[in-house]
Amino acid sequence: MVIAEIVISLLILVGAFFLFVGSLGLAKLPDLMRRLHGPTKATTLGIGSMLIASMLYFWAVEGNPSIHELLITLFLFLTAPVTAQMIAKAHILHEKREREVLPDTGRPVGWATLDAAKADERSEVTRTSSIP
Amino acid sequence: MIETACIIATTAIAVASLLTLYRLVRGPDVLDRILALDTLVINTIGLIVVIGLWFRTTMYFEAALLFAMVGFVTTVALCKYLLRGNVIE
Repeated sequence: MVIAEIVISLLILVGAFFLFVGSLGLAKLPDLMRRLHGPTKATTLGIGSMLIASMLYFWAVEGNPSIHELLITLFLFLTAPVTAQMIAKAHILHEKREREVLPDTGRPVGWATLDAAKADERSEVTRTSSIP
Repeated sequence: MIETACIIATTAIAVASLLTLYRLVRGPDVLDRILALDTLVINTIGLIVVIGLWFRTTMYFEAALLFAMVGFVTTVALCKYLLRGNVIE
C-alpha cells in the first residue's frame, strides 16, 4: 500500500510539473508557432499522468475502480491535435509574414487555408450546395 | 503523502494559471489569447482532478469531463470564426 501511495504521489507531481512547464512555455516563448508547443505537452503528459494517478488511487487505495478517467484521457488525446491545428491554420491566414515563407505544396492546389480546392463536379455535396 | 503531493500540485497549477493569465492579458494577437484560454481550461481540468484526489471523491470527474468538452468546443468555434467569419455556415 505504501508503494502505491509513493507511485501515486510521484504521478501527481509529474503531472503538476508538466502543467507548469506548459504554461511557462506559453508565457515565455517568442512567437505563436513556438508557443503552441507548450500547452500540447501539458495536455497529454500532464493531464495524462494525473488521470493515471487518480485511477490508481481509486483502484488501489479506495478499492473501487473507475473508468471515468479513461474517458477524459481519450477525449483530451483526441481533441488536442485538432485544437492545435485549428489555431495554426488561423495563424497562417492572419499573419502575412507567415504566408510569405510557406514552402510550395508541389500540387495543383496551394495550401488549404489560403486557396480552397476547386469544387469536384462529381461530388454530390458540391452539386447540391451550388444550386441556390 | 498524497495530501502533500496534492498541496504541491495545487500550488504549481496556481502558478501555471497565473502565467497563462499573463499571456491572456498581454498576448499581442487574438490567437495568443485563444491559446491562453485553451491552456487555462487544461489547467482547470488538472486542478479539478487534484481536488478530487485530495477530497477522496469521484464526484468531480463529470465536471472535468464537461470542462474538457466545453473548452474544446470554445476553441474550435473561436478559430472557425477567425477562419471563415462565421461559426455555423
